[in-house]
Amino acid sequence: MSDENKNSKKERTVIPIGPYHPLQEEPEYFQLHVEGEIVKKIEWRTSYNHRGIEKLSQSMSYDQVPYLVERICGICSTSHPLSYVNAVEDLAEIEVPVRAKYIRTIIAELERLHSHLLWVGLAGHFLGFNTVWMWAWKYREPVLEIMEAVTGNRQNYAMMKIGGIRRDIDNEDIPSIKKMLDDLKPKVDLLRGAVMDDPIIHARTKGIGVLTPEDVHNYGALGPTARASGIKDDIRRDYPYAAYDIIDWDVIVEEEGDVFAKAVVRIKEMYESISMIHQCLDALKKENGEIETTVKEIPPGDGIGQAEAPRGEVFHFVRSDGTNRPVRHKVRAPSFCNVPTFEVTTVGETISDAAIILAAVDPCYCCTERMAVINSEGEKSLTGDDLIKMSQQKTERMRKSKKENK
Amino acid sequence: MGFKENALKRSLWVFHFSGGSCNNCDIELLDCLTPRYDLERFGIELVGSIRHADIIAVTGIVNRQCKPRLEKIYKQASKPVFVVACGACPCTGGIFKNSYHTAGPLDEIIPVDAYIPGCPPKPEAIISAIVKLRNKLE
Ligand code: SF4
Repeated sequence: MSDENKNSKKERTVIPIGPYHPLQEEPEYFQLHVEGEIVKKIEWRTSYNHRGIEKLSQSMSYDQVPYLVERICGICSTSHPLSYVNAVEDLAEIEVPVRAKYIRTIIAELERLHSHLLWVGLAGHFLGFNTVWMWAWKYREPVLEIMEAVTGNRQNYAMMKIGGIRRDIDNEDIPSIKKMLDDLKPKVDLLRGAVMDDPIIHARTKGIGVLTPEDVHNYGALGPTARASGIKDDIRRDYPYAAYDIIDWDVIVEEEGDVFAKAVVRIKEMYESISMIHQCLDALKKENGEIETTVKEIPPGDGIGQAEAPRGEVFHFVRSDGTNRPVRHKVRAPSFCNVPTFEVTTVGETISDAAIILAAVDPCYCCTERMAVINSEGEKSLTGDDLIKMSQQKTERMRKSKKENK
Repeated sequence: MGFKENALKRSLWVFHFSGGSCNNCDIELLDCLTPRYDLERFGIELVGSIRHADIIAVTGIVNRQCKPRLEKIYKQASKPVFVVACGACPCTGGIFKNSYHTAGPLDEIIPVDAYIPGCPPKPEAIISAIVKLRNKLE
């Protein structure tokens, strides 16, 4: 850029992305305010995926809610139920059998594996590296196959239950699951090679979209997004649930905070997950007990539950008044904290890098959708389109009355 | 069979509309294009613009925010276009049926040509629906 250009006052252009954009699988709407190639400001709005889950949950019994909350997000479809059952177990002081704890850990880690593979693929796709996309999704299939063998479903596993789990893992199946995991490892190696050693990926991701530790604190970023900036923050270690305090594992931390570091954290976590699943499977062979405790009734009170989803901490709050339904159920998903970091990471970068920076925190909009009802005294909540319609009707009425008065 | 219909059945291009889903159906739809199922060998692919599409695959409950946009997109599509309701959500409302934000089910908003039940439907089910739709054209 010549000096002359630099000094001249640039015009700002607004580039809209979405809500239905070919690159995105979910609807979301971003506005990039750019000067030339450089992003100066970013705005986003959502609610295209809002389904009113917290409200629905109040009309369901405690045992039905896990089926609902696993449909908050298809990718984290075990983190939400796990966090919910943690909350209810905290509320009713229920002790979970050890075998169930191990199986919960297995399912949660399998989910992390499939989610991280999915992310590696999508990140490759955002960079225009479609080979990585195809590879990663191909190697994700064996994980889903294990899921199908263990839980009966590729997605939405319906394994979590207050007081335990719904289905047991047959000890005879353990060797075949272990073999599938062993087969998966060389493929993760392959992906690690494709990402970590590729000069083009280095050029596109190193030093791009840096999130400093201060910003992590300011925005409250969670999960791999925080861990890639050198913050050792992991619910599995800080507030252990399931079997995480019994098995042996490491929190993966990187220092740089750029897109590359986020990729590295996720890839290394896959190895940790594989090793954790192996440990749990070994433990299952010795631990032949019950998989659930009977739960009679839920006493009045409050309970909180956390779980480390592939994207960070999922938080559920449940309030009970002693009936068979929660009176309040509050959900906070990690993307709710991670997505606003775009404000600092995209500013100053080029438009072409914005896409991968947006993808780097692995945002999940269907978890995050909120709706604000302003003036809750009225019975109805109105959308923008309703308001436009109403204003048109009002103009029409005014016109009519004007005519009549003439 | 007219020229349009003849051309249509060669390779169906799909536009994906997510109207308030939990992401699972969307992922299974994308999964159909990856090496394990590889729908692209039949000329089926996801396109970015509705004007290129022969099929609109709708996932999710179609909430009140998405409904006007879906109607707009349907109007913009070059006809004939087929609408596929992918998953329990657009078919009936699924588990979110009683939510205050549901505007669906889909067939009350736009005409639907194929329903794929399942929560989420397996990629095999999605492929089978597309095959059935194509055979209907014969
Ligand atoms: S049908 Fe089921 S899997 Fe598909 S979007 Fe709806 S809740 Fe999710």
